[in-house]
Amino acid sequence: MTPPLLLTLPLLVCLGSAALAHLCPRRAWPRRGVALAAMLALTAVGLLLLVEVRRQGVLAVQLGEWAAPFGITLVADLLSALLVLIAGVMGLTVVLYSAATLAPELEAGAYYALVLVLVGGVCGGFLTGDLFNLFVWFEVMLGASFVLLALEAKQEQFEATLKYMTLSLVGSAVLLTAVGMLYGVAGTLNMADLATRLPGLERPGLVSTVAVLFLVAFSLKAGAFPLFFWLPASYHTPPVAVTTLFSALLTKVGVYALVRTFTLLFTQDVGLTHTVLLVMGGLTMVTGVLGAVAQYDVRRLLSFHIISQIGYLLAGLGLLTQEALAALIAFLVHYIFAKSALFLVSGATARASGTYDLQQMGNLYRSHPLLAALFFVPALSLAGVPPFSGFFAKLALIRAALRAEHWLIAGTAAGVGLLTLFSMMKIWREAFWKGHPQDPAAKQEAPSSVNVGWGVLGPCAALALVMGVLGLGARPLLELADAAAGQLLEPTGYIQAVLRRPP
Amino acid sequence: MNPVVLCTVARMMAPVLLLFSLVLTVRGHDSPGGGFVGGLLATAAFTLLLVAQPEELVRRRPRVDPTRLAITGLLVALGSGLPALFLGRPFLTGLWAQVPLPGGGALKLGTPQLFDAGVYLLVLGTAMAFILGLLHGEEEEAREREG
Repeated sequence: MTPPLLLTLPLLVCLGSAALAHLCPRRAWPRRGVALAAMLALTAVGLLLLVEVRRQGVLAVQLGEWAAPFGITLVADLLSALLVLIAGVMGLTVVLYSAATLAPELEAGAYYALVLVLVGGVCGGFLTGDLFNLFVWFEVMLGASFVLLALEAKQEQFEATLKYMTLSLVGSAVLLTAVGMLYGVAGTLNMADLATRLPGLERPGLVSTVAVLFLVAFSLKAGAFPLFFWLPASYHTPPVAVTTLFSALLTKVGVYALVRTFTLLFTQDVGLTHTVLLVMGGLTMVTGVLGAVAQYDVRRLLSFHIISQIGYLLAGLGLLTQEALAALIAFLVHYIFAKSALFLVSGATARASGTYDLQQMGNLYRSHPLLAALFFVPALSLAGVPPFSGFFAKLALIRAALRAEHWLIAGTAAGVGLLTLFSMMKIWREAFWKGHPQDPAAKQEAPSSVNVGWGVLGPCAALALVMGVLGLGARPLLELADAAAGQLLEPTGYIQAVLRRPP
Repeated sequence: MNPVVLCTVARMMAPVLLLFSLVLTVRGHDSPGGGFVGGLLATAAFTLLLVAQPEELVRRRPRVDPTRLAITGLLVALGSGLPALFLGRPFLTGLWAQVPLPGGGALKLGTPQLFDAGVYLLVLGTAMAFILGLLHGEEEEAREREG
């Protein structure tokens, strides 16, 4: 396939099928079918894109053949292509899980169209080569997420949506301000063009100010310290399928935007910006994991762990060495799968025990041994226990921190890993190991409780399998991450691909 | 305010506004105008009719579902970018053709006009969905639930 087709298809597939899904009759199965087909197609296109970028280097296309600094640019380097592929895989998993768990009237409504718009917005964010378009894709994604959050129209969801929406809109306002200021300073918003112009500007102080504004806006979207409050206030209210989608993709676009802008654009004043990133990363890790300790609602607990893991990613970006960026990318991949698997399993445990409250659960190890195994893999992986994917990602990150002689961040990362393990063991002990609180006799005989079908367990098992593969075959992933990090640190390929005159 | 005056004026003005919205859309490629403004103007025309007419009349009138109109517009706009892709050029690249007219002259036809038409429908549908929702939201909801 030609580059124009490969780069446009992810967006066309998502947005076109969202429109198609909404034109379908108001029943569950046609809309589900459209969503399933779209996500399969997106995964396939993502894979082709990754293969092609690996072979040819950075791909770029100018929509409508309007030349680069003026037109709409789509670019894919290894990081973007990898993330588009992951968006496809996660979309597919979530659609399958939704089909097994959601109420039919929800599926028959706007649900799938919104999921597709959200995934389309996420892919747009990954592929765009222009900061203003990045803002637009953020809005597409957020618009869909607001509605998804409140789709069941429960009171707690409205409360959560209100908080989430308010803080997101504040973030969007800051982002738009930053974009406007940067345009005023540099006269362009095309990222490749900016990368060539920013170093030559006469007012470095102003550029640093804009950089910090971007840092605030994107770290709010990513859920980093100290602007993460919207996340644990909202993520536990929608159906588990929606939470999984949010945790897999939404905050990751924020992280991706940070990585893109703080490797390509704002590297003039590393002493300021990247030190701030390091400190934020460390604090995000610690506050997230400490916040999780106090929680007994599984989904809230996992939401705090999202924040904690975002801290690792920020720390990797703050170190800004090739090794650290490679570790960041490997960590990002591992963590999207691990966290999503944990959310899916939390949905399954809630189906099995009828509650999300850890104190009310118990004995699931006996009644649902397979479910217990499926929890164990991502939990250990998230905590960074070998041989699962999390171990290698975390090890690479800590090693990069040690090489860069940032002892404090390396120690924090290791310590937070232990606390994460503690948190995961808490879920294990409460939900799976201990006897059921209402029924002490249940310890001896496995109760014939709710059967959790393969529709629910299948997606969990698939993700656990991915984690096993990424752990045992960590080398290809680390090599890919290393190549992607090389592209980030040496952006001439990116700049040339974008600014080349169209044939 | 005299509803009779409003009603008469609205009935006279609405076709003019609709026609002008089409003119704006078509001239939009080379001069100020385009699908977005055209769609908004068409919305204004329909809104004028909605406000002026007695409510029973509005309710009885057969309607196109504005959401579906908007989505059709979206698909038309997306579709207008596809021909370029099939030729191996970037999405949304404008493709033009000259159609000779009888008696000299030529008609310029191209995919950007299709795009404008899509935007026209999208804006009209979205804005009408908002306005109808605001005018009688509860009624719409009940209809949705039945359908």
